Amino acid sequence: MTTTTITAVDTHCPYCALQCGMRLVPADGPDGAPVQVLERPGFPVNRGALCGKGRTAAGPLAPGARLTAPLVRDAGTLREASWEEALDRVAAGLADAGRRHGRDAVGVFGGGGLTNEKAYLLGKFARVVLRTANIDYNGRFCMSSAAAALKAAFGLDRGLPFPLADVARAECVLLVGGNPAETMPPAVRHLRELRENGGRLIVVDPRRTRTAELADLHVRPVPGTDLALALGLLHLVIADGLLDEAFIAARTTGFEQVRAAAMAHWPERVERLTGVPVPVLREVAGRFARASTGIVLTARGAEQHSKGTDTVAAWIDLCLATGKAGRPGSGLGCLTGQGNGQGGREHGQKSDQLPGYRSLTDPAARAHVAAVWGVDPDTLPGPGRSAYELLDGLGQPDGVRALLLMGSNPVVSAPHAAHVTARLKELDFLAVSDVVLSETAELADVVLPVAQWAEETGTVTNLEGRVLLREAALAPPEGVRTDLYVLRELAARLGVRRGFSEDPREVFEELRAASAGGPADYAGITYERVRAEDGVFWPCPAEDHPGTPRPFLDRFATPDGRARFAAVSHRPAAEQPDADYPLWLTTGRVLAQYQSGAQTRRVPELARAAPGPFVELHPRLAERLGVVDGDRLTLTTRRGRATAPARITAGIRPDTVFMPFHWPGLGRANSLTHPALDPVSRMPEFKVCAVRVERAGDDR
Amino acid sequence: MSGRIAVVGAGMAAARLAQQLVERGRGDDVTLYGAEPHRPYNRTLLADVLTGRLDAAAVGLPCGAPQTAVRTGCEVVAVDVRSRTLTPAGGEESGYDELVLATGANPVLPPVRGLRTADGGLKAGVHAFRSLADCARLAEDATRATRAVVIGGGVLGVSAARALAAVGLPTEIVHQGPYLIERHLDEGAGDALRGALEELGVHTYPGNRARALDGDPRVTGVRLATGYLLDADLVVLACGARPRTGLARAAGIAVRNGVVVDDRLAASAPHVFAIGDCAEHAGITYGLAGPAWDQADVLAARLCGTAPKTVYRGSRPLVRLTAGPLEYAAFGETGETDGTDVLRIADATRGPYGSYKKLVLRGDRLVGGILLGDLATVGDLTHAYERDEALPGDPLHLLTTEGAA
Repeated sequence: MTTTTITAVDTHCPYCALQCGMRLVPADGPDGAPVQVLERPGFPVNRGALCGKGRTAAGPLAPGARLTAPLVRDAGTLREASWEEALDRVAAGLADAGRRHGRDAVGVFGGGGLTNEKAYLLGKFARVVLRTANIDYNGRFCMSSAAAALKAAFGLDRGLPFPLADVARAECVLLVGGNPAETMPPAVRHLRELRENGGRLIVVDPRRTRTAELADLHVRPVPGTDLALALGLLHLVIADGLLDEAFIAARTTGFEQVRAAAMAHWPERVERLTGVPVPVLREVAGRFARASTGIVLTARGAEQHSKGTDTVAAWIDLCLATGKAGRPGSGLGCLTGQGNGQGGREHGQKSDQLPGYRSLTDPAARAHVAAVWGVDPDTLPGPGRSAYELLDGLGQPDGVRALLLMGSNPVVSAPHAAHVTARLKELDFLAVSDVVLSETAELADVVLPVAQWAEETGTVTNLEGRVLLREAALAPPEGVRTDLYVLRELAARLGVRRGFSEDPREVFEELRAASAGGPADYAGITYERVRAEDGVFWPCPAEDHPGTPRPFLDRFATPDGRARFAAVSHRPAAEQPDADYPLWLTTGRVLAQYQSGAQTRRVPELARAAPGPFVELHPRLAERLGVVDGDRLTLTTRRGRATAPARITAGIRPDTVFMPFHWPGLGRANSLTHPALDPVSRMPEFKVCAVRVERAGDDR
Repeated sequence: MSGRIAVVGAGMAAARLAQQLVERGRGDDVTLYGAEPHRPYNRTLLADVLTGRLDAAAVGLPCGAPQTAVRTGCEVVAVDVRSRTLTPAGGEESGYDELVLATGANPVLPPVRGLRTADGGLKAGVHAFRSLADCARLAEDATRATRAVVIGGGVLGVSAARALAAVGLPTEIVHQGPYLIERHLDEGAGDALRGALEELGVHTYPGNRARALDGDPRVTGVRLATGYLLDADLVVLACGARPRTGLARAAGIAVRNGVVVDDRLAASAPHVFAIGDCAEHAGITYGLAGPAWDQADVLAARLCGTAPKTVYRGSRPLVRLTAGPLEYAAFGETGETDGTDVLRIADATRGPYGSYKKLVLRGDRLVGGILLGDLATVGDLTHAYERDEALPGDPLHLLTTEGAA
């Protein structure tokens, strides 16, 4: 194994969108990890604090935990192979499907954990080398609803339109469907500071999560009713004379339709829909509207619904109606999930998008990007299928027949996962580029072992829109290559020998040019600036531009500079509880695991802390089912079944059960989830479906 | 189904139907014919309009405009179900493919002497409280008045009295029933509500009937059957509402209390449906917004073809008043009959005027309940009722909160 002689490298965590600053120093510990993670107190987002995942992030760098040679499938089983052989097989597999079924039969599936450079080059690879319309990524399952709503309202999808530290200076923060105390613990210091500063924290969640424990007020709606809740609050804002009329007049359009929408969500009706008593609605509306500054933060709990876009829009409406946007200390932000969830959605791995958050259907955008790429704009494909639709079509007559998958594990993370797994098996050819042999890689024809965050340089854009640089601290082990190398080699094998560098800096320089003039403009951002300035906030159109920490203070990014209200209406979830499936199921995360768990399940400390799935249920429900703590439960939905032990807690609604989704096999929560899609964002309905719960054994 | 959908009425049920049709992609060629001069508005908010909390212009409801055509001040006077045509007052006959009756209900005027003037209108100072126009007249009149009497102590009467008290008008309720809102509350809750209203300055005369209105041309007092005279220069009539069925009846459509509909919300004539306060389903006319919207949603799903097999199986309505300190909720069977168990907690120390809670259970099912004063558990209770959930062994904790809202 090669190790470079370094003393210390400042970089960022491989996991969530907070992208905590951390310092890596060489190590020779008993776990075999070649580096050790230290605090880096100077970085403003986490100021040294790290969670258990961050502290143990070096674990998967150890040789035993990961893949160190390509694998190819022979006679049904995976065997080690040379890079030459593996890459030849991938190129042939992709080319073959294109030849036989047309270019759109070749698909690419990316991930929100990929660096900007990788996401950019992956999109370019799809459009220039494969010339397929079918590229999308797992970020569709994360932030797409918030992205769509933010873009519609503000003209720009910058997850947080302010630095995270602003949260501590607001007077009232409403956190809707987010649990940062478990999903991004270092962010909690900003919530604690908020309260120390006298600000109020209101948490909206069907569960009394660790985050809800920190709140001044915990509002516990029925799953799938956040939209109604937001409009019910808006109704009370109107009725109690708390509208910010001057702000509405000066900086927004479309309020009258939204007023009517709020009148259709009168308090008694909203109480009925949400289960939140009117006096509580009144208290929340009053606290938020009367505060001089206020922030609403949404996360997956509000967004992962077949009405996720409209739900975020309703919370934006509440902010706009009370003048809580485009001002210091106020605004609506999305707590982005994946490490590069923000950057990953800006540079062209999304089915309808070109680098710089440009639209693939905009002729000017196509011309600009085609010029940077040195191709004819007419050769660029149009928009393709969204993530779930792409996966649902795998191996089907009009669907993708050969897939290159990079940085994602849909066997565990996709909704209706058994169905998606079956579809993956129907592919003519599957290539997976990953760090470990994930559950999806196990199905592949070729597995390409790639470098990890500490072994390669690249930029990521955190939840604040702050572009950060992860620097290589050591070289990857023998037998491991980078994703950029993979793309360069595949491009060359498929006949494109220029424009695919494996040097991240060269790729970033091209990304700057491609994004220049687009909504997510990186033109003025350089690796040197990022190092010197603790990151640079986009848009940053020129090297002498300071970057934009708070983009909407003077005007919103719409053509007329005004934010747009959206007249939306509550609608029920795709599936309602009934006699056969009488309860709500909601899914989520735990502190010690990340996403599909491909990395974190392989870290012994984390696996010990969170060894497997469980089902949270209320004591009253447990009593009715005759279940005691620890009993194995079988959960059944119309799509599948999962088994996990009971964890009885009064912190959940009696009509709802919760199951975390980080595990494969029998305990896979996504065997149960519903693939109903949001009509705008194409987000699946991960967060709510109807379920039946039985003691395992009783159901046979 | 396709073609022209004509909706007679532009009230809450009609607005919801139209909004749902548009949301489900079926908004073209839908016309609402409304007799009132206003576009659809939220009738449940009239008390807030009366107190000035909401502006009369601000309570409009979404109705799928601009795709939906709304004809205001346009009362439909005739329907021919054979030729599938309808005729608006003073207008041209026009055809429809599907007709939806959403004509609502009229206020019931009590048999009280001196109610009307010689020309048949209500005496000066006497008001119904059903429409935005009623509300505007009443609000204006209230600024001149010194004492008000509300005739009728049901849901509407209590709401009106509370609103009048809120604008500073000394107000009394004359109620024929033995206690307030006897249709939905029990005696304990009715009495507790009476006490709460007393705190707001509203005095109630239960078990009393208004016999005559004094005064000419303007009302000066309400004479009770007991002979007692209540001084009043403002009188609000809140004696319930009756489904508006004249149009349906004249068209030969089956009517009992309301326009009779089946689980498809179809009336007796082909291509005719009825929803909302005018409709009678399984013998019930609800007269409440919640069931009207349930019906509108079902009919929209059917007419759009998005879910053509959807049927309406009745609603589990809730009556609810939320007016600052005055709060109650009642649902289901609140009386005590054979085979039910009743759980009742009265706590004089809770809230500004004490609390009263009652649950009615049949076996392990919650079949009715009343909450007054302390509504912290209303969400969980109404959900348990609505979903007909089996309850745990000890239902007492349904009446206690668990820290979270």
